[in-house]
Amino acid sequence: MTTRWFGAPVQRVEDDRLLRGHGRYTDDIDDGALECCFVRSPYAHARITSIDVEAARGMQGVVAVYTAADLPFGGVDLPLLIPHPNLTHGRTQRCLASDVVRYAGEAVAFIVADSRYVAEDAAELVQVEYEPLPVVITPEDAVRAEHLVHDDVPGNVAAEMLQEVGGVDAALAAAPHRKNLRFRYERGAANALEARAVWALWSDAEHRLTVYDSTQSPTSIRGGLAVLFGLPESSVDVIAPDVGGGFGSKIMLFYPDELLVPYAAMQLGRPVKWTEDRQEHFTAVNQERGQVHEVEVGFDDQGHVLALSDDFIHDGGAYTPYGIILPIITAAQVPGPYRIPNYRVRFRDLYTNAIPTSPYRGAGRPHACFVMERTLDVIAAELGLDRVEVRRRNLIQRDEFPYEVGVAWQDGNTVIYDSGNYPELLDRALTMLGPRPAGDHVGMGLAIYVEGTGVGPYEGAHVQVLVSGKVIAATGIPSQGQAHATVWAQVVADELGVDIKDVEVTSGDTRRFSWGVGTFASRSAVTAGNAMHVAASMVAAKAKQIAAEHLEANPDDLELVGGQVRVKGSPDRGMPLAAVAVLSNPVRYAFGGGTEAATQFAARARPGPPLQDGEQPGLEATGYYSPPGSTWASGCHAAYVRVDPRTFRLEILKYVVVHDCGRVINPLVLQGQIEGGVAQGIGGAFYERLAYDADGQLRNASFMEFLMPYATEIPPIEIDHIETPSPLNPLGVKGAGEAGVIPVGAVLASAIDEALGVPITEMPLSPLKLYELTR
Amino acid sequence: MRVNGNAHPAPVDTRRLLSDHLRHDLGLTGTHVGCEHGVCGCCTVLLDGAAVRSCLMLAVQAEGHEVTTVEGLTREGAPLHPVQQAFHECHALQCGFCTPGFVMSVLSLLAQHPDPTAHEIEEGIAGNLCRCTGYASIRRAVVRAVELSRE
Repeated sequence: MTTRWFGAPVQRVEDDRLLRGHGRYTDDIDDGALECCFVRSPYAHARITSIDVEAARGMQGVVAVYTAADLPFGGVDLPLLIPHPNLTHGRTQRCLASDVVRYAGEAVAFIVADSRYVAEDAAELVQVEYEPLPVVITPEDAVRAEHLVHDDVPGNVAAEMLQEVGGVDAALAAAPHRKNLRFRYERGAANALEARAVWALWSDAEHRLTVYDSTQSPTSIRGGLAVLFGLPESSVDVIAPDVGGGFGSKIMLFYPDELLVPYAAMQLGRPVKWTEDRQEHFTAVNQERGQVHEVEVGFDDQGHVLALSDDFIHDGGAYTPYGIILPIITAAQVPGPYRIPNYRVRFRDLYTNAIPTSPYRGAGRPHACFVMERTLDVIAAELGLDRVEVRRRNLIQRDEFPYEVGVAWQDGNTVIYDSGNYPELLDRALTMLGPRPAGDHVGMGLAIYVEGTGVGPYEGAHVQVLVSGKVIAATGIPSQGQAHATVWAQVVADELGVDIKDVEVTSGDTRRFSWGVGTFASRSAVTAGNAMHVAASMVAAKAKQIAAEHLEANPDDLELVGGQVRVKGSPDRGMPLAAVAVLSNPVRYAFGGGTEAATQFAARARPGPPLQDGEQPGLEATGYYSPPGSTWASGCHAAYVRVDPRTFRLEILKYVVVHDCGRVINPLVLQGQIEGGVAQGIGGAFYERLAYDADGQLRNASFMEFLMPYATEIPPIEIDHIETPSPLNPLGVKGAGEAGVIPVGAVLASAIDEALGVPITEMPLSPLKLYELTR
Repeated sequence: MRVNGNAHPAPVDTRRLLSDHLRHDLGLTGTHVGCEHGVCGCCTVLLDGAAVRSCLMLAVQAEGHEVTTVEGLTREGAPLHPVQQAFHECHALQCGFCTPGFVMSVLSLLAQHPDPTAHEIEEGIAGNLCRCTGYASIRRAVVRAVELSRE
């Protein structure tokens, strides 16, 4: 293949309409839709003793009010997406609670009205009587189990998992140095700027359900709705139109609205739309990151880690719709880029009276990185060694790949790093970081991480050359800003020898491609990117086959260049790809030209039936890519910070990133992913804190008090790349979506620790937290 | 009120937010709603040339004023406005949800400071949240917009 588009900083094809205000997000779709509002529980844990919706039902402008009792699926537990043998006590919520509510924000009733203004007025008329129950809010509360979140789940333990590589007890006993450490990471929130929204229409005439959903997985939503409503999948269309950021929060399914809006549309025979507001988003959308780790590490005089034992508890929230993927990822990713010859990890996934957890950008990894990197800093301090040198001595070396860690991975396999060059990452980052700035209260921090990306099971793509010569391509997984339409056009354009302007990509629309999994886990470039490559390669092969007959050439002697299929070395012997598309369909074309070549009266009509055994009409192909295992991206971040010793204001003096995600499709898009990831990491490390009180109330459910960084908080970030291509896929790519966020907490903790001389063992930090720590 | 140069005498419910009126009554869905409490800046529009949060205003308060939304910057089929073009060239948008608000804020910034310093750029965009880009590309886009405006 040529590499003309792949690797080039191609400007995005999505931008024009988004910049003109012509984007199409779910809430932009009206078509006379009825509008909705939820009644949600104000209590974190309570028994519902009565629900009275009569006044709301009677209000002018209200079209319907639903409680669990009004739904045919009111008694059905929502799906548990990823069951696991260790998840012995998995629990999911119901669409609308009727008995017990287990987090503040759990949905109780759903109102459909002429407008959202009316729906919100009606919500105030719904009378729900609650009998408050004791609340379990922190993971430490949960493990003490003085109260239970679910009556039938002893100890609040949803799952427990123990893994060991080597012999940890013996190695610890023999280690010259041992240290016990405790690390705590609090919950965070993705907070995409577009809150969630769903729009649905039922057509009686066509017996067809159409749903627009700000989801990261329209194919899965479609499958679930088809089952729930007893429809063939072919009668359900789910489209993720423009989605205003997701970062994991929109991969969770099903949120109750994703069932209730389509259901109401079917019942009422009118389009129905629900759009979440920001306060609601804070109490209705899944969160992540709460964990407490108890670590015991054994090491030698040179700082080599001999054994590491990590026993951690994971704040799972009130239900486990997403299984135990998060703690599995953490358990797998604690060792990171380091050689840990003896490693034991146990986790308990615990129920708390808070919003359920599911992946948020980083998904189990920032906490894992924090644990390992903080542990290495402690080892360096104990031995009086340089932090960099301790890392250097423990890094897996370039010649050790594939490197098997030996613990379980989220895809059911064990963790095997496919390729990487970790010492090079470290060296480059230190060179970029340069000399320490002058002044007091300056600290240096660094962290190295790996990230399992490109997880299976598969994605697919359809690529077609139209008789105009234009190319259309589609895949099932949607974009939330990752430039899918640009980067996949690059992949397809290279394979077909066309300009990317001639390739139009559709993603996340089941009408165009109905199979697939979703956009999450830094998997799109690997899975869908390679599927695009596979499908486009099939189209290229078919184009050569068809053109070969007409050019009287061997297909192997043909190449696709400049929109032509031509004989290598004889550029004048060729035909336009558009003409090949005409030939691929042996019937008459009224428009588009080339008809004479594609009929039975053509000069070189071949013998036999027009479509011969194994042939399909059309210059198109559907291809799939299923990775044999995850691709492991990696990186090193380093920073200098200054902390004001009186106000504890954080100033990031310099922040550098060296990143390796294998072959880079589009450096412009990659840079944006990393810069954005680091910014989210800085927000999560120092500004954003979900302030739950003892009653399980989120006390700062607004952007006024949950402090997401503005431009003023984010410093310039210097980025460099190395490329160790993945040997596992044709494009040699690895994922990049989550990388930027992963090590930021560890880097800032290390730097602030040194700047202030206080041990940093928890996240997030804040000026107030630093003030308390230094007192 | 006048919106993007056109008179819109349509009657409006007194409690209707300007953001909802623009989006759902006038169909100008380029103005986005990210928080409805005046923090994120996604709903930024120009009111008589000054950047305002359309989620913090009632539509009736705009009576007698000129409102400019992102749709008003350039006509269909015409080239992008220099600020929009700069955002494109500098990859200053990902999901695009905050983008119209940023573009309107940058217009307001450049109207006050046609040749802004780095500090003025920082302050000028510090009323808008972006969860995707980390702002570096948006800062670059403002610098580029100044260049394009001179050309």
